[in-house]
Amino acid sequence: MSTSSETRTSTGRAPADPAASAASAASAASVNEPAPVRGTRLTLRAATLGRPDSTALADVDLDVSPGEILTVVGSSGCGKSTLLRTLAGLLPALAGAVEQDGLRIEGPAATRALVFQEDALLPWLTLRANVELPLAIKGVPRTERRRQAQSWLDRVGLADRSGQLPHRVSGGQRQRAQLARALAPRPRAVLMDEPFGALDAQTRAGMQDLLVEVLHGTGATVVFVTHDVDEALFLGDRVALLGSGRLTAVCEVPRPRDRAAHDDPARAALRREVLTSLST
Amino acid sequence: MRGRTGAARYALRAASLTTALVAWQLLTSLDVDLWLRFSQFPTVADVARAFGERLGGDDYWTDLTDSLTRILTGFLLAAVLGIATGVAVARSRLAEDLLGPLLEVLRPIPAIALVPVAILLFPSNEQGIVFITCAAAFFPVLVSTRHAVRALTPVWEEAVRTMGGGRGRILATVVLPGALPGIFGGLSVGIGVSWICVISAEMISGQYGVGYRTWQDYTVVDYPGVFVGMVTIGILGWLTSTAVELLGRRLTRWLPRTSYVPGARARTPGRAAPAGPAPTAVRPEEARDEHLV
Repeated sequence: MSTSSETRTSTGRAPADPAASAASAASAASVNEPAPVRGTRLTLRAATLGRPDSTALADVDLDVSPGEILTVVGSSGCGKSTLLRTLAGLLPALAGAVEQDGLRIEGPAATRALVFQEDALLPWLTLRANVELPLAIKGVPRTERRRQAQSWLDRVGLADRSGQLPHRVSGGQRQRAQLARALAPRPRAVLMDEPFGALDAQTRAGMQDLLVEVLHGTGATVVFVTHDVDEALFLGDRVALLGSGRLTAVCEVPRPRDRAAHDDPARAALRREVLTSLST
Repeated sequence: MRGRTGAARYALRAASLTTALVAWQLLTSLDVDLWLRFSQFPTVADVARAFGERLGGDDYWTDLTDSLTRILTGFLLAAVLGIATGVAVARSRLAEDLLGPLLEVLRPIPAIALVPVAILLFPSNEQGIVFITCAAAFFPVLVSTRHAVRALTPVWEEAVRTMGGGRGRILATVVLPGALPGIFGGLSVGIGVSWICVISAEMISGQYGVGYRTWQDYTVVDYPGVFVGMVTIGILGWLTSTAVELLGRRLTRWLPRTSYVPGARARTPGRAAPAGPAPTAVRPEEARDEHLV
């Protein structure tokens, strides 16, 4: 389990470093994919988020650096999803600035993929057709998108399930397919809204490892929303805490994506701190 | 085992029809007269004889093709217009404001009450009948499409939008396929209403057509002929609605159907026992639903 997490750590979260990106390009070439795209910077400045009739988050200042994995924790209803939907461009900010690489986010775009909690696959399309869809929108020719979709399904362990309809596979397999669908068009940012929230604990841990593994070499910026503190601390380079309509803190995580770091005193201290801040 | 349950079900269906025919034959041939009077009623044999004669003549087939042409033209027009309008009204506020009130005022008017309108508007009776048939099926299709589109899970559309898909893409990959099960509900109702209206319209203003012929037979007191017409309408109606139903099932095979699990009826142990390995052959399909990662 820890091997996959180490790979991502060792690749380094420094996409500016040409050696690191060359290394990740080489590892990506093992699945015949083109060179990875670099991550993107997502910025919120003094942003107020929500629907016009109900503000969910006020005065948010957040800067997600390219290639970083930022996890967002908070109790339900604290505006985690609102933050994510705003970054996706589905929800306009009520005030302040929301930017991607310094450019205002006006609406949804293929460079920012969104992974939903559940059942966002189109039920009338097979898993492969679902993964092919964003590639088709991108204008990838039919044979090429079939090949890429199959390769992504192989990577998430659904090679023999590609012809199945979503309701014929398990919830975990559906989420794997959603992951493949989000990553197939090589987005520069992946926004994940409690993607493993509906899964049982065991499946969940497996999915976290899989996520780390498939993100490896993509260089994509990830914003991962969860209500599970352990999940947030395992996946994130940094953890953002939301509470009572505000962004309360952003903490660096010691030894991210390392299962063994669970007993690390620094990690344990952070875990306590996060739990305390969530309960207040 | 599947074949046997299937055969048993068909036998049951055939038995139901046969019983009705036998009852009809007995009531009429014995001239039963208990408040309901069957003495004037043609017997099954009379009707069958008349049917046989009609089948040999040219008029019957002309009537049949005329009626079918009218209903298919009217129904297909209604399907296309109904789905298009339903989607527009459900998806666009402008379309809703422009068309909504008009449609709501027109909807309660029975299609058959549009006969005067049809006579005034259209140069030929033929077009008038198609118009009435179309008007009859249009509203069920429109209403069910509108509801089905509004009831779509928003997450599907959002998923396609975040992939960078535009309006056309959303319409083609999310709205139409997602609304299809609901739309077919409307189409099933629509084809039924269409038959009622095409027959009524033919009775009023047709030349040829099953409805026209049935009414003709009534005016010349040819009761077996009237029944031949009714049986014909029944069979055609059944065939067309079955066709709509089958097409609907085919196009919405992706729906998780609990009532449609193969071998669902094979639970009775008495039947399952002699079938041997058959149930295990069916199982993997069902078990797949419960698969773990």
